[in-house]
Amino acid sequence: MLPMFAALVAASTAVLIFAGGLVTSTGSGLSVPDWPNTYGWFMWTFPLSKMVGGIFYEHLHRLVASTVGFLILVLAIWLWRAEPRRWVRRLGYLALAAVITQGILGGITVLWYLPDAISIAHASLAQIVFCLTTTIALVTSRGWRRGYLGSRIPNPESRRDATLERIAIVTTAAIYLQIVVGATMRHTGAGLAIPDFPLSFGHVIPTHWDPKIAVHFAHRAGAAVITLLIAATSGHVVYHHRGRRELVRPAILLLVLVALQITLGGLTVLSQKQFIINSLHVVNGALVLVTSLVLTLRAHYFRFAGSAAAFAERNPAHVRGAGSTLGDSQRAWTRQNTRGASA
Amino acid sequence: MRRPFHLLFCTVLCATSVALAACGGGNQTQQTTPQTQGAAPASPGGAAPAAVDAATAATVTGKVTFAGTPPPPQPVKLSSDPYCEKANPGLKSETEVVGSDGSVGNVFVYVKDGLGNRAFPTPSEAVVLDQKGCHYTPHVLGIQIGQPLQIVNSDDTLHNVHGLAKSNKEFNQGQPIQGMKMTHTFSTKEVMIPFKCDVHGWMNAWIGVLDHPYYAVTSTDGTFSLKGLPPGTYTIEAWHEKLGTQTQTVTVGEKETKDLAFSFKA
Repeated sequence: MLPMFAALVAASTAVLIFAGGLVTSTGSGLSVPDWPNTYGWFMWTFPLSKMVGGIFYEHLHRLVASTVGFLILVLAIWLWRAEPRRWVRRLGYLALAAVITQGILGGITVLWYLPDAISIAHASLAQIVFCLTTTIALVTSRGWRRGYLGSRIPNPESRRDATLERIAIVTTAAIYLQIVVGATMRHTGAGLAIPDFPLSFGHVIPTHWDPKIAVHFAHRAGAAVITLLIAATSGHVVYHHRGRRELVRPAILLLVLVALQITLGGLTVLSQKQFIINSLHVVNGALVLVTSLVLTLRAHYFRFAGSAAAFAERNPAHVRGAGSTLGDSQRAWTRQNTRGASA
Repeated sequence: MRRPFHLLFCTVLCATSVALAACGGGNQTQQTTPQTQGAAPASPGGAAPAAVDAATAATVTGKVTFAGTPPPPQPVKLSSDPYCEKANPGLKSETEVVGSDGSVGNVFVYVKDGLGNRAFPTPSEAVVLDQKGCHYTPHVLGIQIGQPLQIVNSDDTLHNVHGLAKSNKEFNQGQPIQGMKMTHTFSTKEVMIPFKCDVHGWMNAWIGVLDHPYYAVTSTDGTFSLKGLPPGTYTIEAWHEKLGTQTQTVTVGEKETKDLAFSFKA
């Protein structure tokens, strides 16, 4: 049940990011001037009939956010009660602290009339919350706990690929940075600073500059860099690790998502920031990030494998079938490498 | 097992502290209401208000026109609020109000310079900004420092009044109930302060805050009149939210009336 619930929480975080994207895309951020109340009503008693205009998006975002916050609270408690791995329990506490901080940042940005720095921090922390819930969903999943036994190379140590480990980390970090630049562009009103696409004022490089054009062009240049990094990472996985489905799947998905992301980015400009397209661009960017994160964590699986395999050995009831399906080499590797690795 | 809880407790404590600080921000917002904001000085700069001699007062009149083919008024899409759709189905954008003869309405015309250190009394009567039919009435208005601005919600729907002042304090106040009123005063001159309703993205208004009474907003025939001016030389500015600004210098003698013409291009 816990893995399913963790996956549900991660999915709900994506919905929350989309709802937040709608608020900014429709310019509704200040349509509810008070916080945490809504026009004086307690949030959950605000009449549905009054959710008109910009209030619909802003209040909906608040409702979804408080629901996700509650789900993360339940997840953290569940992990605390049922999860044997200390570092996974800590991830739960961290996710809870992050979502509480995120809610407060959301409130501050309303009460202080959307200062750029707070709004950008709010957008950037949202990605961290999504990364945390996705990580929890990943490391509590059956596949992770069983050590991806479907892989043709059962010994985690023999799966190590230092090149992949490095490039996956660089790609994930670059995607996060790109999202922060995107949030800066979005919250400083630079989304249409360059009005054409794919060229910039009819040229590859803009012929004139101001701060908004600079941040907008940085986001475009970042997109090109990200595309190259993802192509390199995914190409490496497909070429060198074709037998490892746990890597090939996110690698292929990354290629699809980044192609979709560039398309949505172009359409956002060409449609003059049509709010649905704009919001899809935001949430798809978050999906690119967590897909890259999943690939990175799986590429670094050997670092966690000790605790995962030892966990499977010591808690066969928690990993259905794991006790009987661990291969001999993995059992041996576990015995040799996990002394004191898990808590 | 206990350490993570300590960490979590500290995080929640810090978060709560930030939340309380945020609530402090909210109180600053409330200070923009008359209950908490002190009245602006009646005489900016400390000079005593000086009555203008009506017997010698001059007048500047004029007309603002648009050169070229005026853009047609754009209909406003009101579907995001059923009340607005029903209350004002034919609402058109008020950004450009251009008559058939090229006259331009909603232009704020005011004395930008030339009054020296003169000080003028602050009117006590309120200027009313009404939210009626899901648009602001009037769309452009002038007010003096310290003069009360009464903002009314005549609509049976929710509005928020968001004044995006730069020199004055920005504020954002909700008016969820029909008939609600709030009063606001400005403490320094600012031309112009945009007002918007974030609930209804099409609703906007502009307010010019001055330290003197010599301003006017052109009506649909494009005309304006600045009465009661002391004889002298003045810089007159005409401001339009989309067409920009134009200035002219005019000298008026005792009891004299001068006529100005402003012509904007797209």
